Amino acid sequence: MTRLPVRLPATLMALLVAVLLQLALPPRATANEARPLAEDPAVEARLLRIAEEVRCLVCQNESLAASQADLAKDLRREIRAQIRQGKTDAQIMDFLVDRYGDFVRYRPPFNATTLLLWLGPFLALAVGLAALMRFLRRRQAAAPAPLTEDEQRRAAALLDGTD
Amino acid sequence: MKRFLIPLGLFLVLAVFLGIGLSRDPREVPSPLLGKAAPAFSLPTLGDSGRGDGPAFGPETMRGRVWVLNVWASWCASCRDEHPVLLGLAESGVVPIVGLDYKDQPAQAQGWLERHGNPYVLSALDADGRVGIDYGVYGVPETYVIDKAGIIRFKQIGAVTPEVLKTRMLPLIQELQR
Repeated sequence: MTRLPVRLPATLMALLVAVLLQLALPPRATANEARPLAEDPAVEARLLRIAEEVRCLVCQNESLAASQADLAKDLRREIRAQIRQGKTDAQIMDFLVDRYGDFVRYRPPFNATTLLLWLGPFLALAVGLAALMRFLRRRQAAAPAPLTEDEQRRAAALLDGTD
Repeated sequence: MKRFLIPLGLFLVLAVFLGIGLSRDPREVPSPLLGKAAPAFSLPTLGDSGRGDGPAFGPETMRGRVWVLNVWASWCASCRDEHPVLLGLAESGVVPIVGLDYKDQPAQAQGWLERHGNPYVLSALDADGRVGIDYGVYGVPETYVIDKAGIIRFKQIGAVTPEVLKTRMLPLIQELQR
């Protein structure tokens, strides 16, 4: 009976060590999820920079970088592969535009179909300025004629309250 | 009176523009592939065994014929909506339909075709979706009409409806076959 208190901590210790070892080892079930975010940080940085400029076609208000759609994942994989092959950013963007059209670019190029898109705001500004000028000029033209001397005297008298 | 007409006019113009915007489907992005050559590929096909070990298929084998390429998958719900339309088209014998089974398992694809009928002369297996990227696929089903020279002439995004088939695809196919 007197030896028990000595032996119990020893078994406890062994148990504790076993538990700690279990915790220290990476659990097998989550090994896949805990993969490092970027295998090659330089490639990932370029991928992110390109993907943020591209619209995901499945969920159109998300960028390719942010989307979790299957197609977005496939396209990110494709872009990653092309970066590793040494393609330039412009080449990769052309690859995407050739397949999905200018619509995927968040910065549409300046061409015949996007003429109104690019110049429209300036056109609206010009129209607004012209309208404002016309309005001001007409108001100036319609300004009342200055008071005659008689009217001025009467106005002064009214203001003084000594009519 | 006139001062009320200007805002009213502006409102009407805006309403018309917004109305047009509402009636358009933002998912229908005009494909840049129209008028371009159908991208080449070589893929295994869904054999009779259902193991996906049929002979390889590439678009160049259809050269000289007008054909339809239909992107489908057993997991795709709208594919079932358009399936009767495709079966009808295949039965009419007007044009050969080639299936591109997109990101699918051969066994499941085979089962799906056995359940719902097979309108395809063959189905190429695009297991990883790589060919789909070349064809600008972003929503299954998608359907292409390809002419004798291998040029893509028409693309339908989403299910082929009887109306689309009658008013757009069939007239185009007949014209291309001449």
